[in-house]
Amino acid sequence: MRNKIPRVPVREQDPKERVKNFSEVCYGYNEQEAMLEASRCLGCKNPACVKDCPVNIQIPQFIYQVELGNFEEAARILFTDSSLPAVCGRVCPQETQCEGKCILGVKGEPVAIGKLERFVADWSRQKGIKFTDRKPLNGKSVAVIGSGPAGVACATDLAKMGYDVTIFEALHEPGGVLQYGIPEFRLPKEDVVKAEIDNVRSLGVKIETNVVVGRTVTIDSLMDDEGFSAIFIGSGAGLPKFMGIPGENLNAVVSANEFLTRSNLMRAYDPEYETPIYVGKRVAVVGGGNVAMDAARTAQRLGAQVTVVYRRTEKELPARVEEVHHAKEEGIVFRMLTNPVEVLGDERGWVRGLTCIKMELGEPDASGRRSPVPVPNSNFDIETDVVIMSLGTSPNPLIATTTPGLQTNRWDCLVADESGATTRPGIFAGGDVVTGAATVILAMGAGRKAAEAIDLYLQGK
Amino acid sequence: MYTIVRKRFLTPLIALMDVDAPRMARSAKPGQFLIVRVHDKGERIPLTVCDFDSEKGTVTIVTQVVGASSRRICNMVEGESFTDFAGPLGQPSEFIHMSREELSAKRFLFIAGGLGTAPVYPQVKFLHSMGAKIDVIIGAKSKDMVIFEQEMRDICDNLYICTDDGSYGKKGLVTEMLKELLDRGERYDQAVAIGPMIMMKFVTLTAKPYNLPLIVSLNTLMVDGTGMCGACRVSVGSKTKFACVDGPEFDAYLVDFEEAMRRQGMYKNIEQEADHKCKIGIERHK
Repeated sequence: MRNKIPRVPVREQDPKERVKNFSEVCYGYNEQEAMLEASRCLGCKNPACVKDCPVNIQIPQFIYQVELGNFEEAARILFTDSSLPAVCGRVCPQETQCEGKCILGVKGEPVAIGKLERFVADWSRQKGIKFTDRKPLNGKSVAVIGSGPAGVACATDLAKMGYDVTIFEALHEPGGVLQYGIPEFRLPKEDVVKAEIDNVRSLGVKIETNVVVGRTVTIDSLMDDEGFSAIFIGSGAGLPKFMGIPGENLNAVVSANEFLTRSNLMRAYDPEYETPIYVGKRVAVVGGGNVAMDAARTAQRLGAQVTVVYRRTEKELPARVEEVHHAKEEGIVFRMLTNPVEVLGDERGWVRGLTCIKMELGEPDASGRRSPVPVPNSNFDIETDVVIMSLGTSPNPLIATTTPGLQTNRWDCLVADESGATTRPGIFAGGDVVTGAATVILAMGAGRKAAEAIDLYLQGK
Repeated sequence: MYTIVRKRFLTPLIALMDVDAPRMARSAKPGQFLIVRVHDKGERIPLTVCDFDSEKGTVTIVTQVVGASSRRICNMVEGESFTDFAGPLGQPSEFIHMSREELSAKRFLFIAGGLGTAPVYPQVKFLHSMGAKIDVIIGAKSKDMVIFEQEMRDICDNLYICTDDGSYGKKGLVTEMLKELLDRGERYDQAVAIGPMIMMKFVTLTAKPYNLPLIVSLNTLMVDGTGMCGACRVSVGSKTKFACVDGPEFDAYLVDFEEAMRRQGMYKNIEQEADHKCKIGIERHK
């Protein structure tokens, strides 16, 4: 019986070794492992996994091809619906999406859909296979703002439909959060991110870096002066939040965005690069999301002893279970039900510690989450040299404030409907700039939906 | 892209370059800055926009040799290209939103320290074109550090030059010159100081008793320069602001200079140029 085979474990770098390097933690499946794992899939007629995939990858179909050893065909199926399968196979929260719906998961362990996706994407990349089928150019051009997951997914679909697509990226490397946010040890930049971005280029999509929309150009100048018929805004949620507690501007208090950008985009961990980064001996990371885990594990690799401070309990940690597990394996200390109230500085204005207060979980709020409340008179100090604030981000206001008629909501997110249409005709948006900080795959899903809507809009013109 | 189409040395250590960047040349405004990378393993280096020509499609930058990165920039020759050249970034100076009628009735004072003369130039040029009255104080270490003298003379009403060593103009600091002007009854609707953080701090302290409205342009640390990292945050009127998106220009009297200077030095020890202490206001050129 298919469901009697246990889930094939994936090989990983030894925690003791990997805390000393930035090489990828997970090695992924080899061909035999992948075929064995693929053979566990029941091939459901009405697959729940597909419905819960934001880009609706034909999961049973590609897995069946893996089982047969037809990896190229499996890749063709994958790339039909996803432009970044090697990325998604690594960073998607499969446990709450496709794998969370797998029938095998009811009694045992779900099929390792993510690991299979990763295997197929890696295999086809290593074999140099590219899927460049697209319709001939239809004479209409679309500008995509931001080369992160939302922009790339939107650009890919539009290019396949025959549009002339140009992506404008503010930074010097394309990829958005895949470049500046997610660390090398989870998502290799050269082998995976660059390769998948190159796939997008080979569909004819142009990528222009160093173009800060809202500054270098505006949405209106792109439409009026540069002749784009429609625009997709996928500029992400870039603005880091801080707590507003005393001492937050001391030296060595940094946002997770800054810390990760220095290490990821600017390669501070690599001595060949000029980027400075400061970790001291002890680092405290405030927050419990995936970004907090990334910052903590990066700091640990740079030689610090890292403590994660989180105001709820482990059960409420928003980070993926796998990330928390990896962080613990790597020796990161978690202090739950703990909330900073002040950053302490020395006489030179550098961080020396963090005053925290103990928390307890109160009544569930409207969202059903039990909100943490401070325990009176429970203040205590943690000694630390660096504080990394990982409290989430809000959308960068550059585009909203320079584009007349583009509405934002009270969280500064762009207002867009289900299809991605904003309050201005011809301008669409999706990803974190609409939803606030979310996941790679949700942004990709929004990008794909918007591509469909843009196609409809331009056909109707 | 980003090719150096013209380069000349203003002094033996200060180079001016016109860089091919058509989109930026069209959109740049006084008060803004840009970010360059010189090679693919280099830092993102914020520089002020010194001039822009939308017809030629060029943006002008001015750099002074102080360390490895700035030497690398200054050593580039015509025909070579920057790896990256992004911008314009930050908010333009507030006065660009004012009408010609308003501006022609106003009198401005600019206080430029060292290389800070470069970002002052486009502001003076703009205001001059709008009919404003403008005085400029340029302060430099010595005669061979004075830049844009003739260009500035052509577009301002009075130019006052002072040097630390007295080798040119008046011997002394810009603050002394400022005090002298204010004491003898010169009045200005708005003053703008751009230079080293320490200079801006003392200009602020000097100007305060005279109730002189004063703007400063903060050259904080930056990584992306687009509002993403928060490395540039400064306390302005006890609120935290991001110099890259809220600034770089702020009301001088609201800026916490002590904090800004401390934060600016955050990576000093880690950097190769750890022992270098900037005397002329080019902290941006690490």
